[in-house]
Amino acid sequence: MFIEKPLFEVDRLTYRYESNAALNDLSLSIPEASRVALLGANGSGKSTLLRVLDGLHFGVAGGVRFRGEDLTEEHFADDEFAFAFRRQVGLVFQNPDAQLFNPTVFDEVAFSPLQMRWSKADVKERVMETLDWLQIGHLKDRPPQRLSGGEKKRVALASVLVLDPAVLLLDEPTAGLDPRSQSQLIDLLVEWGGGPKSVIIATHDLDDLADIADRCYVLDAGSLAAEGPPGDILGDRELLQRTNLVHAHRHRHSSGEMHSHPHRHHE
Amino acid sequence: MTGHHHRRSRGGFIEHTIDGLHSAMDRALYADRSASGRGLLQRLDPRVKVAGLGALILASAMAAKLWVIAAVLLAAIILAALSFLSIWMIATRVWFATMTFSAAFAVPALFLTPGTVIYTLPALLWTVTSQGITTAGFLILRSETAATLALVLVFTTPWMHILKALRLFRVPVVFVVILGMTCRYILLLLENAHEMFESRKSRTVGPMTRGEQRRIAIASTGALLSRTFHLSNEVYLAMQARGFRGEVYILDDFRMQNSDWLAALGFGGLTAALVWVGH
Repeated sequence: MFIEKPLFEVDRLTYRYESNAALNDLSLSIPEASRVALLGANGSGKSTLLRVLDGLHFGVAGGVRFRGEDLTEEHFADDEFAFAFRRQVGLVFQNPDAQLFNPTVFDEVAFSPLQMRWSKADVKERVMETLDWLQIGHLKDRPPQRLSGGEKKRVALASVLVLDPAVLLLDEPTAGLDPRSQSQLIDLLVEWGGGPKSVIIATHDLDDLADIADRCYVLDAGSLAAEGPPGDILGDRELLQRTNLVHAHRHRHSSGEMHSHPHRHHE
Repeated sequence: MTGHHHRRSRGGFIEHTIDGLHSAMDRALYADRSASGRGLLQRLDPRVKVAGLGALILASAMAAKLWVIAAVLLAAIILAALSFLSIWMIATRVWFATMTFSAAFAVPALFLTPGTVIYTLPALLWTVTSQGITTAGFLILRSETAATLALVLVFTTPWMHILKALRLFRVPVVFVVILGMTCRYILLLLENAHEMFESRKSRTVGPMTRGEQRRIAIASTGALLSRTFHLSNEVYLAMQARGFRGEVYILDDFRMQNSDWLAALGFGGLTAALVWVGH
């Protein structure tokens, strides 16, 4: 029998922002080489969970393991562990302005490899390869304030993919993008993912779910409300309505008839 | 209606603030564009420019003859022209402002420096000495020259290149990175403030009282501070997520071309000559 090796194991995790619990006794397991969507309405705990999985936040109770190793503050105090983890796991933040803190696109993408103490020649070569792959080589000398929303997202993605991580965590990657940029970004993610790579995306956009994920976890008020393949989740109208991923909407048909049924919202 | 009479502002507080933010962003954009131009200085290695223009500032500070400082100022103007910078822009942004500022210090020197009296103010009977005029002249001309050279450097070199070039003088990396991030986020702060005031403008009808203006200013400052605090936490997390461990590494491998060596030689020769004749 084939047993899926766990990539991340979240075990009864509770995380609080001051007195508010953002994650509440949460348990879930994410297998290796999977494409996962973390679904939930605003404030459901998706972003917090991504930060916990990236070792940026640590719970007040319970724990998280990455490939069998505990993600604790004590472990991250060790440079060797921290560098090895950061090399394997990359997080793209929802707000690209938080992620683009360097003066130019080239400096931004070079930041991670430089912190990993790569040689300058390797850094330059790898940065140019990544920029070219994402088709943003022409932006390399541009400061972040002169980039469009879609370009910023691509640069943020490049700044993480430059290390060629095994696991990519993305927080609302398509938020605020026009439909064309959204579609291009999804294509890039689909092209990059697959094989041994894992992609974990926090989103409340259900439209591209089948393209980006083969497993979904639905969060509601910091707890796991459901998990399963996209088809099952999308088919469960009661679940989607209960977790605010869809809502009933009144509208008029051309016949003049008014009625309401659950319906999805785009960003 | 409360029946109270409020003093109404004619200036349009929000409009003035938006205009101010607009011009700040315009200036940043102009600096950005002119630094990536194809003029003489834009093509030089930033280290040569920082060292060369810095040496000229030093030469003008050391010069004991007015005409030598004037020669450095002329050299700065020629360099600006060869780098396609607008002399009118330099005049409005540097010369007038520096003149006003340095004159505040220079004018008392006209009357306080002892020496040969060449003029006496009627009624007040204050005396202007020729030594006073020379002292004021030195102060104003040195300030104008230093400010012009600094502006030429800033408008012909991307800000981060200037900062990285400072590594030549053993400026710590952390200082360079903090200044770079400050520049990046000041522009974002301007953008945010601009959006905030435009949104306020779209919901404001008619002039505002002074009290209303103060309330808006305080509320906006509070909101911007809160956003800035939130963003600074996010930036720190983003840095950590990408391998930042308290010590930061940057790429600063400029390559000197023949033209850079030639320019370095030119700056060196000019500075040496000015120091020698100005002694």
